[in-house]
Amino acid sequence: MDLSPQVLAQLAAVCPDGLLTAPEDLAVYGFDGTAALKQRPGAVVLVRSTQQVVECVRIAAAHSVPIVTRGSGTGLSGGSVPVAGCIVLCLVQMDAILEVDPNNLTLRAQSGAITQKIDEAAGKHGLFYPPDPGSMKISTIGGNVAENSGGLRGLKYGVTRDYVMGLEVVLPDGRVVNLGNACVKDVAGYSMKDLFIGSEGTLGIITEVRLKLLPRPAARRTMLAMFERMEDAAQTVSAIIAARIIPCTLEFLDRMTIRCVEDFARIGLPTDCGAILLMETDGHPAAVAEEAQQMEALARLHKAREVRTAKDASEATTLATARRSAFSALARVRPTTILEDITVPRSALAEMVGFIAESAARHRLQVGTFGHMGDGNLHPTFLTDERDHEEMARVHLALEEIVTKTLSLGGTITGEHGVGLAKKQWIRKQLGDASFELMRQIKMALDPRALLNPGKIFD
Amino acid sequence: MATLRELDYSVLQQCMHCGMCLPTCPTYDATKRERHSPRGRIALMRAIADEEIAVNRTFAEEMSYCLGCLACQTACPAGVDYATLFETARADIETAGLPQSVARRFWRWLTLRALFMHPARLRLVGKILRWVQSNGLDVAARAAGLTRLLPADLRRLEPQAPAISPAFSDDLIEPDELSRSAGPVRRRVALLTGCIQDLAFSEINRDTADVLLANGCDVHTAPEQSCCGSLHSHNGATDLARTLAKRMIDTLPPGEFDAIISNAGGCGSHLRHYSSLLKDDPQYAEKARLWDSKVRDIHEWLMGIGCRAPEAAPEPGPVTVSYHDSCHLAHGQKVVQPPRALLALLPGVRMVELPEASWCCGSAGIYSITQPEQSAQLLERKVGHILGTGATILATANPGCHLQLLNGLRAKGSKVELAHPVTLLARAYRNERKNLKTKIN
Ligand SMILES: Cc1cc2nc3c(=O)[nH]c(=O)nc-3n(C[C@H](O)[C@H](O)[C@H](O)COP(=O)(O)OP(=O)(O)OC[C@H]3O[C@@H](n4cnc5c(N)ncnc54)[C@H](O)[C@@H]3O)c2cc1C
Ligand code: SF4
Ligand code: SF4
Repeated sequence: MDLSPQVLAQLAAVCPDGLLTAPEDLAVYGFDGTAALKQRPGAVVLVRSTQQVVECVRIAAAHSVPIVTRGSGTGLSGGSVPVAGCIVLCLVQMDAILEVDPNNLTLRAQSGAITQKIDEAAGKHGLFYPPDPGSMKISTIGGNVAENSGGLRGLKYGVTRDYVMGLEVVLPDGRVVNLGNACVKDVAGYSMKDLFIGSEGTLGIITEVRLKLLPRPAARRTMLAMFERMEDAAQTVSAIIAARIIPCTLEFLDRMTIRCVEDFARIGLPTDCGAILLMETDGHPAAVAEEAQQMEALARLHKAREVRTAKDASEATTLATARRSAFSALARVRPTTILEDITVPRSALAEMVGFIAESAARHRLQVGTFGHMGDGNLHPTFLTDERDHEEMARVHLALEEIVTKTLSLGGTITGEHGVGLAKKQWIRKQLGDASFELMRQIKMALDPRALLNPGKIFD
Repeated sequence: MATLRELDYSVLQQCMHCGMCLPTCPTYDATKRERHSPRGRIALMRAIADEEIAVNRTFAEEMSYCLGCLACQTACPAGVDYATLFETARADIETAGLPQSVARRFWRWLTLRALFMHPARLRLVGKILRWVQSNGLDVAARAAGLTRLLPADLRRLEPQAPAISPAFSDDLIEPDELSRSAGPVRRRVALLTGCIQDLAFSEINRDTADVLLANGCDVHTAPEQSCCGSLHSHNGATDLARTLAKRMIDTLPPGEFDAIISNAGGCGSHLRHYSSLLKDDPQYAEKARLWDSKVRDIHEWLMGIGCRAPEAAPEPGPVTVSYHDSCHLAHGQKVVQPPRALLALLPGVRMVELPEASWCCGSAGIYSITQPEQSAQLLERKVGHILGTGATILATANPGCHLQLLNGLRAKGSKVELAHPVTLLARAYRNERKNLKTKIN
């Protein structure tokens, strides 16, 4: 579906150097980080200011053309995959970090700013921005807010939502609203900003964010525990939490994932062990030392073969970086990687982990599992080939089983990647009719003409 | 070589769109446009393989804008072979025979066909340039406006052309030199003297031979070596690249050496991949595999055999040295630590890490000719970082980077010296002997 010359002319008038319409430009905005989803947009606009966003939204509204907002396109549920004939508004050029306020511990940035740059800007003042998704070196803060992204430090520090103090949002009719403020407490009416966190670009376009920062912890210790069996790693996590320790990171990789990561990063991970736990504690030096000791003891109690401590900050960073590459590294094995994002109550972790392995074996599939074990958030990743239809059918059977099992354990189909296109077939099942309808009513109230990211989350 | 359409589809499919390579790509960094990113370029190649778009002018421009720096390949956790995709794409563009500007065609012809296929001709041009330069005629000609007769591109570059070495490698190195250092193991290596390296930096070849000799390696060089074909492969002239590869294997039969040593990042990166270039050639496929297994970067080789730490310093007083990674050494050959480790062996040298050390300097083969603006921006950024380190010597191991950085630094009025790491090591060894003589006297 092509856009009318009139729409294109108006867009060009608003963003003379930002409008892209060549086939070579459209093809490359047709996908995000999700496997096997592709759709060419009608046009792409690289916007530079809130004002340009407003004017593009007005043009789209006047001509009833849908808009799909895009950050860096690393989403894993198809959130920024275009709708046929839509306008893609890409915000990566709106990447200014506007202010770091070390007195109030806040930071203001345009929503196209890269997550890692935000943390680095905070770092210059001895502060930090805790949510650190695996994609942080390229994901935008707008994308993080729209997906309510988690990260490796979620166990202790929470997710993106816990750090959003205020948002500037362009609504589907072109109005600009400022939600939230720099106050630590605020109960003036509904918490409107919270509505837009995790809204996946379906309610409004976030153009600016105000974030909460924390003082950088004085000390940090990173350890790697190696296990023969995945179940022992899961037991260790439960034991650590039962011992009332809240480390900032408890990430795990299974055997398949370890092999792929080692193949890429070559940092000497043992490729013959069944699971690795990456554990990190931070805070006051004395507390860190004590917690690290306890965690190491608990790992050994649960049959850890070896526990290694990173010798310095740079080795700790190397380990975390290797963990961040897990998902992409799994793609080394087969052409298509289909990744899930299920989350279960932590007490059900060992059972879920076992079920995934069993289901994959029964359907004769290759699976690599890694994830934020401390959060109960697992990423079973099927390694397959989208061109092999018979195998893909088996993948879908396994996925269906895993989702059903997750829900029966009181879990959720997505812990951090969002519903988008990839998970929408299951959302009603998880939420139940009443909550599902409530969500739809909210969408209708804000975007009655379904102009923003139509077809995502629900139809 | 296969075209994008014939290429094993899994090479294209390997990219899973994660975007982890985007922040390392200089052209994406400059424009933030997806098309100028590795992920975007691979998507375009896949669209061509799927026959959704054609190999057209836009695609050609896109692939010409790509530096081929391979930073994306280092960053990619999924193991995407961007080097193969890049060369296949450029070869496709050449075969498609798209209309090109006269200037571009002239340049391709001059560099790829007329000069770099014929070592003797290249030498001759070198000799003429040397004569012109040594007689100050270049300055005179420029002053007289004679250079206006050159095409615009050439005129812009002419003052930046490399100063030609006063002697070529074979004037400086005997075909066979035997190591006199009394070590337990004696090794026999072939030294590649390169074409640009030979024209502009033959002293670096002498230094390389010296440090090899000092570390128990007998050094063999061929008096007349062809170009390794890296320029050709990089610019879509695969057939010429194949011819040059065969010639090289014949000149230096790999079975006769423990290692084949390269001291230029860009050449080494290409030299290690003869087997994929010649895999369908029944006569050469096997030899090429042996060849690949023998090619070593000089730093990698020296550190691997346990390079002897010199007892003397390379410079009279203490100096601060920084190191710039050549893209094709760091990303193409994955040689990152050995040059740094080698520099760390030198007494009297304080090493400072260069910020963004492995970010392309904009030289990238003939990129500074084909994409002058982007090249200049990258150079500006690099020079800024170099000056920021306060180093008085910048070490780098690729002639292209060397020339580019030299021009960039001199244009800013900086006196920072450029040196190959091996040159500093050779100097230190020479100073050992000097010190010894002074002691004896
Ligand atoms: C290798 C890899 C590792 C990852 N690791 C993690 C992880 O650890 N934790 C995690 O939670 N996620 C992770 N992700 C998923 C993804 O990176 C996050 O969802 C991220 O927040 C997406 O940011 P983006 O800028 O790429 O957004 P996009 O993918 O471009 O967009 C994502 C969604 O947000 C919407 N959107 C984007 N910007 C705006 C805006 N300004 N206003 C309104 N809507 C907007 C889009 O419409 C879309 O629905 C990972 C992805 C990859 C590829
Ligand atoms: S090239 Fe590698 S890093 Fe870049 S998007 Fe593709 S898979 Fe990811
Ligand atoms: S080779 Fe360099 S310029 Fe080309 S896509 Fe890769 S990183 Fe970008």
